[in-house]
Parts: sequence; structure tokens; C-alpha cells
Amino acid sequence: MTNDPNTPSGVPFAVTPDCERVMAEVDSFLDQELTDALRSSIAAHLESCSPCFEVFDFEAELRLVISTKTHTVEFPDTLRIRIEEKLTYLRIEGSGATESGGGGEPRREA
Amino acid sequence: MSRSGVRFSSRALMADQRAFAEQAMEYMPQLYSTALRMTHNASDAEDLVQETYLKAYKGFAGFEQGTNLRAWMFRILTNTYINSYRSKKRRPEETELDDVEDFYLYRRMGGLEAVRASRSAEDELMDLFSDAEVQSAIDALPESYRLAVLLSDVEGLSYKEIAEDLDIPIGTVMSRLHRGRKALQKQLHDYALARGLTDAIPEASLEAP
Repeated sequence: MTNDPNTPSGVPFAVTPDCERVMAEVDSFLDQELTDALRSSIAAHLESCSPCFEVFDFEAELRLVISTKTHTVEFPDTLRIRIEEKLTYLRIEGSGATESGGGGEPRREA
Repeated sequence: MSRSGVRFSSRALMADQRAFAEQAMEYMPQLYSTALRMTHNASDAEDLVQETYLKAYKGFAGFEQGTNLRAWMFRILTNTYINSYRSKKRRPEETELDDVEDFYLYRRMGGLEAVRASRSAEDELMDLFSDAEVQSAIDALPESYRLAVLLSDVEGLSYKEIAEDLDIPIGTVMSRLHRGRKALQKQLHDYALARGLTDAIPEASLEAP
């Protein structure tokens, strides 16, 4: 492997054709969108190629950063209660039943 | 990051809308956090999530058994947002993204080891950016890129699920994610530069270690 700065487009270091093939799949690999065969062939390459591994490692860590830092929203419990109430209301309305709760007073026909 | 959702095994359970409502409740915090990022407004986000649940409840007959309930809920959320909220709050389609080179941050930070080496010991990539910076970097993306990045990187939906949610081909999902993520990296780098957290690393240092 050389350190020729005139690297192929899109790849941050000089590469073998194998590296180039692997680097084209960073997104699909990290998004778990590859077939098992392709996935294992890339994993095998990463075990033996530290420049590629470092890029994948960096990108994977960055995904983790983004996911972690965007899951800090506090969920308002009042919303859960409000939605549960609405759904309960819809269910009762939809079933045509009243919630008389077992021993309640019998329904009268109007 | 979880890419799996609940899959129902019991058809009897599926038939019960009440059971559905109970099963779907667990996704509410995730849906809310996405809704909040979509609308940028707590009150709109609450309304959006409530509308999503009411629609899901009423439309439950259209839910395909054995498929992913979480993804289905996200589809309703996304559609409701696009149809009811986006037009109200945001322009339908903004400018295209500038072209940003691949691996933008990596090229400038030189990998995790370099990040660690150049900073004090406890500083990891995780500590380099604040919650607010990551969130505002996502917010700064043009709408169509922002939605794709939200659904993938924040919520972990698959390409296919995102394609269905946004009603675009899978190839378009992939290109929006690719370009959106590059723009996100550039934005994060700009924040880091602005805070003096990282030096502008010259292109010459971007070779293999």
C-alpha cells in the first residue's frame, strides 16, 4: 500500500482495489443492509486492513454519537395518559358498550 | 441502535385492537422524540403523536400481520407530519445540499486514535459534540435529507422502511442518507472549529497512518 496523496475519489487513503470495494459499502454495512455473504467478506477485509478498519470504526462511533445525543428528549407522561384516555373512549364508543363495571346498574332501553 | 421491532406471533392477539393499543404504547417515547425533531415544537409534537395513535387505532385493520409494528407506527407518524404539519411550518422543499466530500470528518480528525491522542485522555468523539450541536446539525439539513437521516440514524429504520415512509425509491433513500450524513459531518466539524476544539487539519495529513 502506498501513501500517494492522489487517492481515488471518495476514499481517504491510498487503497488496493479490495479496499476500494469495501469503502464503497461503509453506509450499507453500518446500516446492516448487506447480504450475509457480502457482510462477512467485508468483515474479513476489515480484520486484515487497519486503514479500512479505522474508517469503519470512526463512522460507526459517529453513528453512535448521533444516536445517543438525539435520544435525550424527556417524554411527557401527560401525553401517554391523554392518548390512553382517547383510545379507551374510542374503544368504548366503537364497541357500543358502556363501561358499567360488573355490578353497576342495569342499562335501560330508552 | 435497534433495528428490530416487535413481531406479533399470535393472530388472535392481532385481531384485538385493545391489545394493539397496549403493544403500541411502548413506541410512544421514540415517536415523540422523532415528532419533536420533525416539528421543533413540543405542543405540535404531542398533537402529532396523538394523531398518529388515533389513526393507527382506527386503521389497524390495514396493518399487515407479521410485519413490524414499530415501522408501521413510524410510517403513520411520517405521513401525518408530511401531510399536516410540514406545509404549515416549513417550506416544502428547500435548497439542494452542497457537495461535500466523503468521510469529511474522518479526513479532518484522522480517526478515533488521533482524536484521543490530540485531546485530553477523557475526550472521545462522544465528548466532542454537545447534544445541542448534534441536534442543530440535523435540524440544519434540508427537509428531505433531514427526514431520511432522522429515520435512519436516530430511529434505526431500514432503507426499505424509510422508502415506504417517504414514498421514494430505495436508491433515493441511500443517496439522501449519504449526502445528508456528509453535510451533517461538515456541520459538526464547523461547530468544532468554531469552538476551537479541533484545528483545521490540512489536506496533506489525510493519508493512511
